[in-house]
Amino acid sequence: MTASSDVAGTADPHFPPVGAWRKTKRQPSAIPGFGLTLGLTLSWLALIVLIPVAGLFLKSTELSFDQFWSIVTSRRSLHAFQVSFGLSLLAAAINLVFGVLIVWTLVRYEFPGRRVFDAIIDIPFALPTAVAGIALTTLFAENGWLGGLLAPFGVKVSFTPLGILMALIFIGLPFVVRTVQPVLLDLESELEEAAMTLGANRWQVFTKVIVPIIGPALLTGFALAFARAVGEYGSVIFIAGNLPNVSEIAPLLIVIRLEEFKYADATALAVVMLLVSFTLLLAINRLQQWSETRTGRD
Amino acid sequence: MSVLAGVIAVLEPPAGVSARHVRSEPAIVRWTIIGVSLAFLTMFLVMPLAVVFMQAFARGIGPYLGALTHPDALAAIWLTLLVAAISVSLNLAFGLIAAWAIAKFEFPGKGFLITLIDLPFSISPVISGLVFVLLFGAQGFFGAYLQEHDIKIIFALPGIVLATLLVTFPFVARELIPLMKEQGTQDEEAAISLGASGLQTFFRVTLPNVKWALLYGVLLCNARAMGEFGAVSVVSGHIRGETNTMPLHIEILYNEYQFMASFAVASVLALLALLTLIAKAILECAMEHA
Repeated sequence: MTASSDVAGTADPHFPPVGAWRKTKRQPSAIPGFGLTLGLTLSWLALIVLIPVAGLFLKSTELSFDQFWSIVTSRRSLHAFQVSFGLSLLAAAINLVFGVLIVWTLVRYEFPGRRVFDAIIDIPFALPTAVAGIALTTLFAENGWLGGLLAPFGVKVSFTPLGILMALIFIGLPFVVRTVQPVLLDLESELEEAAMTLGANRWQVFTKVIVPIIGPALLTGFALAFARAVGEYGSVIFIAGNLPNVSEIAPLLIVIRLEEFKYADATALAVVMLLVSFTLLLAINRLQQWSETRTGRD
Repeated sequence: MSVLAGVIAVLEPPAGVSARHVRSEPAIVRWTIIGVSLAFLTMFLVMPLAVVFMQAFARGIGPYLGALTHPDALAAIWLTLLVAAISVSLNLAFGLIAAWAIAKFEFPGKGFLITLIDLPFSISPVISGLVFVLLFGAQGFFGAYLQEHDIKIIFALPGIVLATLLVTFPFVARELIPLMKEQGTQDEEAAISLGASGLQTFFRVTLPNVKWALLYGVLLCNARAMGEFGAVSVVSGHIRGETNTMPLHIEILYNEYQFMASFAVASVLALLALLTLIAKAILECAMEHA
């Protein structure tokens, strides 16, 4: 813990500098229970999260580097990563565009049912992924409400990569909306009015004043939606069709390898996914700090 | 003077134009943006929810109730409630303990600890299940030992609880930590200096201060615990009537083309999600007025 204190100290703006810590150490807190609660927290964290995750990395060391490399660069693995990462990026980008429109609608305009639409944004957070999966599959099937509209144009959604995209858009949307919404809500009208009096039109105000302010929040929302989509399993497997090399996502390939008792293969793929997740987590932490300092929010 | 008056005239919006109008768009742009947004939300959020209930009641109320009272469905509902009850109460206790340590004291590495608590959010559910298979499965680190002593973790209740615990780990803690940090330590210090014990202070001062945020965290934790699919699917073994939770039962029925029955079970979880959202809206109101 001590070794990481410097890193954590710079990472958390609320963390007092080293000097301040020495000060609190000299003046012990009047509140009891520090040793007990921190001890329990660390033990429980180790038991449920850290040891199991460490076990995964330990298991992967049973593989030689060549074995590891041949598993993660096999044709089927590469296709699965390509489908997962490629479609997750695309879904996050689509959510970014429509997310901004939706936030704008909810924050700036009055219309009947605004509060209801605001509340339903969280449906993907609350609805179990398996339920979302079978609902989206039925909706976008060739005889479904939306699939039926697209079928005459020869567009198939369910059981194709396009279906995966729809599921990833569904689960990522609230991340963009709920990250950007508070920032736009707090935006002071004086900034826009000043730009208008200086002769800017609405589009210029949006691109030159509003976007730079909500920019960090936009990027954070994009990264959160992307991170969630990369690991998503439940809502995707029903609609995907799951054809190897075509519509098979990386988490599903892990499950398939596990069911074939190929633990080494499952572990190697999981290590790659975890490393990507950790990198994204660090990036998101940085983005959130940037967003907070930029907008003065806490 | 006339120059100043000119400047003021420029700065002040013309008569009849309020600040609201300056920040708004022409009607056609406005209605296009509203139209596109609502169409997108209807397509991706409203319609999937409507599909669930339409399909569940496609053959009327009788078959719907029949699907829900099937012994396998009842077993799945019971198991889901049991798993949620265990994992939510454990995470509730952990959340309170962790928030106390993190919010009421200063220590090095705090930011890093918070990141570690948030870690499960960024792990794929499938991997959250896999890590326990690698530890406790037949081929796992403790596999041989567990088999010798006839202890079942994977493909049994303990494995399902462990996977659910990992997936829902941060929910309560992350609602409490920012709020308890913001509230500071003055209330607790006052209670202690007046002679209250640590536990008295916690139950009579701290807990009432954070009750809404705590309930909010428990609500979200519960929704996720009951709905978790990927992690539980990896560790459960899909034994009907024994290790099938509701989401897993939905999958089995769906793959057997029993669509109506599948959507009937799904409608219960969808209803739970809707109730969670309504309760969330009410709690947000309560927290604003607290």
